[in-house]
Amino acid sequence: MTDIRASSETLLDTRAPVKRDYTQYIRWLLLFGGGLLMIMPITYMLSTSFKWPHEVYNLNLIPEEPTLDNYIHVLEDGRFFRWFINSLIIAVITTISNVLFDSLVGYTLCKFKFRGRYIIFIAILSTLMIPTEMLVIPWYLMSQSFGWLDSYWGIMFPGLMTAFGTFLMKQFFETVPDDFIEAARIDGLNELQIWWTVAMPLVKPALSALAIFVFLGNWTAFIWPLIVTNSQELYTLPVGLTTFSVEQQVEWELIMTGAALATIPTLIVFLIFQRYIIRGVVMAGLKG
Amino acid sequence: MATLSLRNLVKAYGTTEVLHSINLDVAEGEFIVLVGPSGCGKSTTLRMVAGLEEVTSGEIEIAGRIVNNLEPKDRDIAMVFQNYAIYPHMSVRKNIGFGLRTSKMPKPDKEARIDEVAAILGMTDLLNRRPAQLSGGQRQRVAIGRAMVRDPAVFLFDEPLSNLDAQLRTQMRLEIKKLHQRVGSTIVFVTHDQVEAMTMADRIVIMKDGHIQQVGTPQDVYQTPANMFVAQFIGAPSMNMLPGTVRDGRLNIASMTDIAFPFTAVDGYDITMGIRPDDLRIGGEGTPLFEATVSVLEPLGSETLVYADIGGHEVIARASGRTPPALGDRVTLVANPEEIHFFDTNTGEALR
Ligand SMILES: Nc1ncnc2c1ncn2[C@@H]1O[C@H](COP(=O)(O)OP(=O)(O)OP(=O)(O)O)[C@@H](O)[C@H]1O
Ligand SMILES: [Mg+2]
Repeated sequence: MTDIRASSETLLDTRAPVKRDYTQYIRWLLLFGGGLLMIMPITYMLSTSFKWPHEVYNLNLIPEEPTLDNYIHVLEDGRFFRWFINSLIIAVITTISNVLFDSLVGYTLCKFKFRGRYIIFIAILSTLMIPTEMLVIPWYLMSQSFGWLDSYWGIMFPGLMTAFGTFLMKQFFETVPDDFIEAARIDGLNELQIWWTVAMPLVKPALSALAIFVFLGNWTAFIWPLIVTNSQELYTLPVGLTTFSVEQQVEWELIMTGAALATIPTLIVFLIFQRYIIRGVVMAGLKG
Repeated sequence: MATLSLRNLVKAYGTTEVLHSINLDVAEGEFIVLVGPSGCGKSTTLRMVAGLEEVTSGEIEIAGRIVNNLEPKDRDIAMVFQNYAIYPHMSVRKNIGFGLRTSKMPKPDKEARIDEVAAILGMTDLLNRRPAQLSGGQRQRVAIGRAMVRDPAVFLFDEPLSNLDAQLRTQMRLEIKKLHQRVGSTIVFVTHDQVEAMTMADRIVIMKDGHIQQVGTPQDVYQTPANMFVAQFIGAPSMNMLPGTVRDGRLNIASMTDIAFPFTAVDGYDITMGIRPDDLRIGGEGTPLFEATVSVLEPLGSETLVYADIGGHEVIARASGRTPPALGDRVTLVANPEEIHFFDTNTGEALR
């Protein structure tokens, strides 16, 4: 606490007459442009979701006759609800699985010295270089032989653990001092208990970040769920939404409405975990 | 009866042996300090006793049991780490109670034990705080409390005070010593600070390069160091060492002085004479040893350290604070013959 106060005071003291720095305006302008670029699609998504079909190709931001019809239509359509639940189940399970197993493997690679540890780590890392698009066909063949096509398991299995998550957790466990682990060992905890009660709470910020990444990734995943599912009941939300377009014509207003509704869980997840991330950063900053 | 015995204890990492046949018996209730320069194997020894490091060969016995193959938790020890190793995400109460987590004690008994330990350490008011809200000394006390709750046969401390500032270190030193007197448990304490070792220990174990150099009470190691290393390591400022050669039963030092040599040795033998700055005085009673020129003065208040030059060798002597010599003075350095130590220059061993 005192540190922060002291440093802010010195900041005030050294506030010499500020020279007008014009590069600053350019920086702001660039940031403003970037922000605009990000916000445009979202704005259009929202705006379109309140438009009547005939107005969709009209690029005005404010609908002439705003309507909730699309929302009613989408929410009354049982399929939307089904897809929403499908996506939720898949995203939640993969998130939990990643948080548990990525950190277990990351912890093992970080805190245990065993033969082949480095090779395993490199092998895991190297899979990061292979793009999903290349893996889709092997995954498909595998699912086919195991009979996993058109099932939740089939959709989920490629994402239950990720190399990125394992790498992230390994790096974060490096910040947990070995003393902490050895002290717990002396106090009689077994290795699993040490991982869970000592190491995991200390890497909460990383777990939050991982949870956000994995949840968003799976919530918005498109290619693999599209390929592995056949029946409409198993579609995830992103896959399902596209079916709004295949019948006769593209129904943009409905797609946009679905998409708008689909952002809600991601916002909730982000709001929940973001708090932990910020708190983690603050805690680390205040530690003696 | 020994609570802790190390027998021919060896530790090797791969093919490098870092501890060479350590033998040590620690009596019940004894406060043992392992001291030595960085890298001499103090931590390794302690960690082997704790069970955190595998034993390459030899035996460790705690309270009558060979513990070589026991898990740390089954060895009846507790350890306090240099970086405290208290958990930032738990309250002080939880941290202290952590040592009881796996014990079968009923919960009310555990709580009572935590309160008892907190009371001994004067931390009752801090039990609900988080470590981040504690000072360094308080954190160290939590770490000690955590070790105490289990009432182990042996306490192991690995440089627990080295993260504290000088003043707090002196204070904690005293507190740990008092705690030892009160609780009476066996303690093995590692430090590289010889003052800490001298002030706290019942017996000191001085180590160097994976070998024990000497084991003895603080007086023993100060007054009768076994070799040149111990002589220079213990005591500050460190012992003056003057290499010389034996001629006709006398020791010739710095080609200017010769001193009666109380041992028999062949002519030409290399002997080092050691004398503590505390025992080397300017004027006063005692045998005059050297004529010297004062080169630097370090007033300490009650006394003054005098750096003096005797024929190319610098020695440190002591003068009373009231009547220190002046720079450049020619002075006579005197000492009592029984306070002079002699070492074999080639082996470093003390001549007794
Ligand atoms: N894991 C290891 N692998 C190889 N050598 C090691 C390992 N751990 C320690 N050593 C070596 O063992 C020797 C003793 O180390 P140790 O940590 O016991 O020293 P120490 O006396 O505690 O020193 P310090 O005062 O610096 O803590 C050192 O030379 C060190 O390099
Ligand atoms: Mg050490």
